[in-house]
Amino acid sequence: MSVTAPANNAPLTFWPPGNLTRVPYHLYQEPAVLDAEQQRIFEGATWNYLCLEAELPQPGGYRTTFLGRMPVVVARDSDGEVYAFENRCSHRGALIVLDDGGTARDFQCVYHAWRYDRQGNLKGIAFQNGVNGEGGMDPAFCMKSHGPRKLRTSVFCGLVFGSLSDDVPDLEDYLGPEIARGISRVLHKPVQILGRFKQTLPNNWKLYVENVRDTYHASLLHVFFTTFRLNRLSQKGGVVVSECGGNHISFSAIDPIAENGEDYKTEELRSEKDDFKLEDATLLKGIDEFGDGVTLQILSVFPGFVLAQIQNTIAVRQVLPEGLETTALNWVYLGFQDDTPELRTMRHKQSNLIGPAGFVSMEDGAVGGFVQRGIASAGAQEAIVEMGGDSVRSQSSRTTEASVRGFWKAYRFHMGADS
Amino acid sequence: MSVAIDTTGALALNAHCARCIDNDELEAWTQLFTEHCLYRVTTADNHAQGMEASLIYADSRAMLNDRVLSLRTANVYEKQRYRHLVGLPSLLEDTPRGRRSETPFVVVRIMRGGETSLFATGRYLDELVIDGGDTLRLASRVVVCDSHNIDTLLAIPL
Repeated sequence: MSVTAPANNAPLTFWPPGNLTRVPYHLYQEPAVLDAEQQRIFEGATWNYLCLEAELPQPGGYRTTFLGRMPVVVARDSDGEVYAFENRCSHRGALIVLDDGGTARDFQCVYHAWRYDRQGNLKGIAFQNGVNGEGGMDPAFCMKSHGPRKLRTSVFCGLVFGSLSDDVPDLEDYLGPEIARGISRVLHKPVQILGRFKQTLPNNWKLYVENVRDTYHASLLHVFFTTFRLNRLSQKGGVVVSECGGNHISFSAIDPIAENGEDYKTEELRSEKDDFKLEDATLLKGIDEFGDGVTLQILSVFPGFVLAQIQNTIAVRQVLPEGLETTALNWVYLGFQDDTPELRTMRHKQSNLIGPAGFVSMEDGAVGGFVQRGIASAGAQEAIVEMGGDSVRSQSSRTTEASVRGFWKAYRFHMGADS
Repeated sequence: MSVAIDTTGALALNAHCARCIDNDELEAWTQLFTEHCLYRVTTADNHAQGMEASLIYADSRAMLNDRVLSLRTANVYEKQRYRHLVGLPSLLEDTPRGRRSETPFVVVRIMRGGETSLFATGRYLDELVIDGGDTLRLASRVVVCDSHNIDTLLAIPL
């Protein structure tokens, strides 16, 4: 991917020069940083996940969502295309759409009834010509040049992304070939939405998106698998970092050759003897539904999108800053329209692994808060991100922080930091 | 003594459920469910739209036991406890094996640092059955939270 940083982004002085192995804690603490991120990252030359195409199946379908902290409406018009625009009435700034979604012919602000079409064009002003020849808008007022900001949209594998930037490369170039393959590997046929949940995290949004990319913590913080001896010695895996650094995939897979080997049998025997065993092991009797033995694929797209396949659970996560120390994590649990009843039940069982109550993800919801509180008076100090060296390269080891450094590479680029 | 599925029985069962959770006797809590039970935690929005995904899903008492054991031994979360305020049960229609009831609840969460906050409100959609001839148990409990938002995490079941 080759892009140039927007010219109007002056270098930030709060970022010390040097490599990507140190992260100053004040980046999670300063209101000015949060404001700059909104401008330079979320409203800058990035593609932001908005919603699923499956949420707008018919013309007139719409959803409300966010671009960072900017409220957004996404709608499908009668031409079949997906449009997105700022959810802000151009008159006085009230939200135009107040609900989560549905279908609509057009949108009308409740405050003074200014009306917008599904593409975000201002189409009607109440009492535009006044009443009985008195009042009203100046005849020169141009509705066309007064509307909420419009986003570019691009759809990939049913995921709707939006951008305010004219400079952002095409979505597939932005994703990079490996990430695009990782998405299309999972979202390869029509999905069905199984549920939506929101989790409020007590920390800066960057602590969560770093955690997603942090392959080093997985077996250390999430001890469910090791406690119940569900880890397999034969698991292979790795981490892929996109060229821009901001997007990543971490994965683990069953190695069928090793499965049949002595190591695996020995491991089975040991787990039989262990004190801690699942009483109901049907939780993990999943199927290899993608036919490649990959049991886990966590994929992120800069800045705030995550697609996760953990066994037979499939979920998208949208990470949004709500404040300096408050982050919204929006979950959509997915299945496929052609799921068998057995597979669907398996997804529901395995949903115990993910989400706010997930056996292997409840910790992720809390650990950012532990950092946020831990660094309360450490704004002048730095975090160490040195596991696996200082590179942002893809590697077969997951004992590395390469993809965390990759995030900061992309972050520095978009924030206009001196490198 | 014969056991009936009535308001008195539902009140007692709900009270036991709340007491077990709030007093950190989760192992006893799972015993209030039938062996082949269903326990789910979802939200009002998902429930109203017929969406089936759950924050917690167990289709056996064994799965509930696994969750309790995981909370005890595997999951990492800050010390916290709940206080349930459980409303009055409405006994609803009969089912082939028992009777449905619906009960509103409020759960307050008390964190290690002393912060006390309203954590969840909602309703229990239950199927009550007489299990083993003489014990009132939950064959099914769908916890429908009013809000779609969970603050930080849902460790202890509702």
